[in-house]
Amino acid sequence: MAPIVRMSGISKQFLGVTVLKDVDLDLHGGEVHALVGENGAGKSTLMKVLAGAHRPDTGSIVLNGQEVSFASPRDAQRAGIAIVHQELTLLPDRSVAENVHLGREPVRRGQVDRRRMEADTADLLDRLGEHGIAPRTQVRRLPVAQQQVVEIVKALSMDARVIAMDEPTAALADHEVELLYDLVDRLRSSGIAVLYVSHRMREVFDLSQRITVLKDGTLVTSTRTNQITQDQVVRAMVGRPLDTMFPDRAKTRGTVRLAVRGGGNSRLHDISLELSAGEIVGLAGLQGAGRSAVARALCGVDPLTTGEFEVDGQPVRVRSPRAAIRHGIAHVTEDRKGEGLALRQSVHDNTMLVRNAAFGRRRIDVERLLRSVRLVSRGTDQEVRYLSGGNQQKVVLAKWLAVNPKVLVADEPTRGIDVGAKKTVYELLRELADSGVAILMISSELPELIGMSDRILVMHDGRLAGELPAGSSEEAVMSLATGGQA
Amino acid sequence: MTATATRQPVRRHGTRKFRLTPTMSVYIALVVLLVAGSVLVGMRGGVLLDHGGILNILTRGTVLGLVAIGQTMVILTGSLDLSVAYLIGLCSLIAAETMAGDPGMIVPAVLLTIGFAAVVGLVNGLVITALKVNAFIATLGVALIIRGYLENTYTGPAGSVPRGFQHLGYDRIGPIPVSTVVMLVLAVIVWWYLTRTKGGYHVYAVGGDEEVARLSGIRTGRTIVTMHVLCSVMAGLAALFLVSRLGSGAPYVGTDAGYDLESIAAVVLGGTLLSGGRGGVAGTIGGVLILATLDTIFDDLGVTPFLKDVVRGAVLIVAVALYARSQLARRAR
Repeated sequence: MAPIVRMSGISKQFLGVTVLKDVDLDLHGGEVHALVGENGAGKSTLMKVLAGAHRPDTGSIVLNGQEVSFASPRDAQRAGIAIVHQELTLLPDRSVAENVHLGREPVRRGQVDRRRMEADTADLLDRLGEHGIAPRTQVRRLPVAQQQVVEIVKALSMDARVIAMDEPTAALADHEVELLYDLVDRLRSSGIAVLYVSHRMREVFDLSQRITVLKDGTLVTSTRTNQITQDQVVRAMVGRPLDTMFPDRAKTRGTVRLAVRGGGNSRLHDISLELSAGEIVGLAGLQGAGRSAVARALCGVDPLTTGEFEVDGQPVRVRSPRAAIRHGIAHVTEDRKGEGLALRQSVHDNTMLVRNAAFGRRRIDVERLLRSVRLVSRGTDQEVRYLSGGNQQKVVLAKWLAVNPKVLVADEPTRGIDVGAKKTVYELLRELADSGVAILMISSELPELIGMSDRILVMHDGRLAGELPAGSSEEAVMSLATGGQA
Repeated sequence: MTATATRQPVRRHGTRKFRLTPTMSVYIALVVLLVAGSVLVGMRGGVLLDHGGILNILTRGTVLGLVAIGQTMVILTGSLDLSVAYLIGLCSLIAAETMAGDPGMIVPAVLLTIGFAAVVGLVNGLVITALKVNAFIATLGVALIIRGYLENTYTGPAGSVPRGFQHLGYDRIGPIPVSTVVMLVLAVIVWWYLTRTKGGYHVYAVGGDEEVARLSGIRTGRTIVTMHVLCSVMAGLAALFLVSRLGSGAPYVGTDAGYDLESIAAVVLGGTLLSGGRGGVAGTIGGVLILATLDTIFDDLGVTPFLKDVVRGAVLIVAVALYARSQLARRAR
C-alpha cells in the first residue's frame, strides 16, 4: 500500500547547525509510526516540517502521491495534517466545542452557529467513544486526560488523515494513559496515519507498528516494531543498553534524617515514614493517591496539620516552603517549568535562587556546582528556557545542591527528559544519597521507580498502603496501589 | 442517532449548574450601592434617584461608558490603551475647530474626527503587533506624543460648535439623555459582536492565549489591530459628545476626567481580566454605572474629593481581590 505521507531526503539547518540530515519517513494509513530519539535528535523539527511550521532546506514531502510545500501550519491543516502538541494548546476559559472549532467556527447568518458547533463536537466525541465529555463544558473543568481528548478531537475536526502526537502521555497519569492507548488504537483502525513521538519505550512498543530512531539529526534505523527489541532501540538512541541505566543500590543505611509520625492534612491521613541518610525511598501510587501531596506536605507547600515532624531527631515545624528549606528539605517539583525554574532568568540566577532567598547572598562556586551536575549550556548567563528539559532539570538539582540539603524530595524528576539525561539524573540522585542525603523519589514510571529505590512506599487513597523491598515486581506495587494486599 | 439523542440531555445536565458570574455580581453590587446610596442621601433629607439624580448618573456614565466599551475590546485581546484621554482632548479640538460654528460642517467634522481617531488606533495596534512593543509602553508613547502636540499648540479651549450639534449632548427622552441611548446601543452591538460572531470568538482566543490562537490559524495581529482601531473610534465618539456639551474643544477635557485610567478601572471593576480572554461589555457597563453612581452619591453627600478618591480606590481593589478569590476557588475545584 502506498503511504499517505512520504518524506524523503529532509534536511534542515538552523543558523548553520544541522538539525536534520537526509531523513526519510513514510506514514501509512492505519499505522502508528513511533519516532524516538534523545532530545535534540531532531524529532520535533521533523514533526514541525511535516506540520508546516518549518520549511525543509532540502527534500520533499509527498502527500497522497502529490508533492506539497506548506507555507504555514494552516496550510498543513487544510491538507489534513494535524499536530497534537506536547503542551496542550487549549483555551481553558472557553468551552470544549469552542476550542475544537477555534479559528474555524461555522457561521450562519453572520453569527457563529453554536448549535452546529456543539453537535459536530458531540458527534466527534461519540465517534471516539468519549461520551463523558460535554461540548459545552469549560475546558478548565476537565482533567488533563480529557483535555488531551479534546485536543485530538480538534485534530479530527479538521478532517485530519495524519495526526502527529508529541509526547502525548507526558502530562498523563497511569490510568489516563490507558485511555489514550484506546484512543490511538481507534484512530489507527479508522485508517488514520499516526506519528507518535515519545520517550517512553513501553508506549512505543505497546502502540506502534513501526519505529524510526533518530540520533543527532540522522536516521539510525527504521523498522517494524516486532523486529526490534527495547534494548536495541535504546542502544540505537544513546549507544548503551537499558539495564545499565540505573546505578547500584545503597550499600548501607545511615541515621534517620526525616521522620513523620501520624501526619495528616485535608488530603493525607495517618502518614508515618522515615527517610534515612544514604537511601532512596520510592513513593508509588496511582494519580490522585496523594504522592505529590506527601511531597508538598514534607516541603511545606501544603503543610501537615497533624502529627509529629522530625529532622535529624529534632522536632520541627514545617509550615511553609521557607521553613522546609531552613530545615534542609529540598523539593524538586513535578512541574519543572512552572514551579522549579524562573524560565526567563539565567542559569546562574536560577542556581542561586534558593540559596539567596533563604540564606543571604554569600558567594559560592556556581561553575563547580554546575559541572558537578554535568550541565551542558552556553554559559551561566544563558536563560534557562533555552535549555533542553534534561539540562533544565540539572539546574533544578544544582539549585538545591547549593543549599546542602539533608533531605531531597524529588517529584517526577525525569518527566519529559530524554534517556541520556535520565541516566544522569539517576546518577546524581544516587551520588547525593551516597553523600548522606535522604531521598524520597516519586515516579509514575514503575520500571524507573523500582530500578532506583532501596525500598518502596505505596500510597492508596491518601494513606500509606504498605512498604515493599528493593527490586519488587510491578505487580506487587500495583496490587498495593489499587487497594489490594502486598 | 437515537443514541446521541438520549445522551444529549445527560450531557447538558451536570454542566449547567447555577454559577454566580462576575457580570451578575457587578449588577448585584450596583443595586446594593443604589439602595445604600438612597438611604444615605435620604438620611440627609435628599433623594438620590430623582429626575436630576438619574440624569446625573447617566450623563457621567455615558462618556466614560463609550471609552470603557472600547477599552474592554482591547483589554480582552490582552492589550490595553493608555492614549484614550489625550486622544479625546485632541479629537474634541479637531471636531470643534472643523465645525467652527458652521452647521454645514457638522458631518465633515464628525467624519474627520472619527477618521483621525481610527488612524491613531491603527498606529497603536501596529506598534504593538508589528514592532512588538508592549501595549503599555506603546500606548503611553502615543499618549505622550499627543500631549506634546496639545501643549505646544493650544493654551485653552478652541473652536466652536453650532447650536444644532449641541442637541446631541443635551436632548433627552424623559430623564434619559439621547447620548446615553446611543452609548447603550453601541454597547449592545459590541456585546453581540464579541459573544456571537467569529471575530468576537477570536478576540477571546487571542486574549486567552495568543500562541494557541496563532496555532489555530487565527490572524492574531489583525485581531489586536482591529480592536485598537475600534477602541480609538469609541474615544473619538466620546470626544464628540463632550464637544457637543461644552460647545468648544478643550485640550485637557479627556485627561482632567482621567478617562484613561478611569476606563480601565471600569473594565476591571466589571469583571474583565486585565490579562485578557475573559469578561465582557455587560460587566463593563455595570462597572461604569457603579463609578458614576458613587460620584453622584458623593456629590449629594458633599464628600471631599480626597475621600471620594479613597473610596473609589478601595472599591476597585476589593472588587479585583474578590474576583481573584473566586478564581482561586475555581482552580482548586
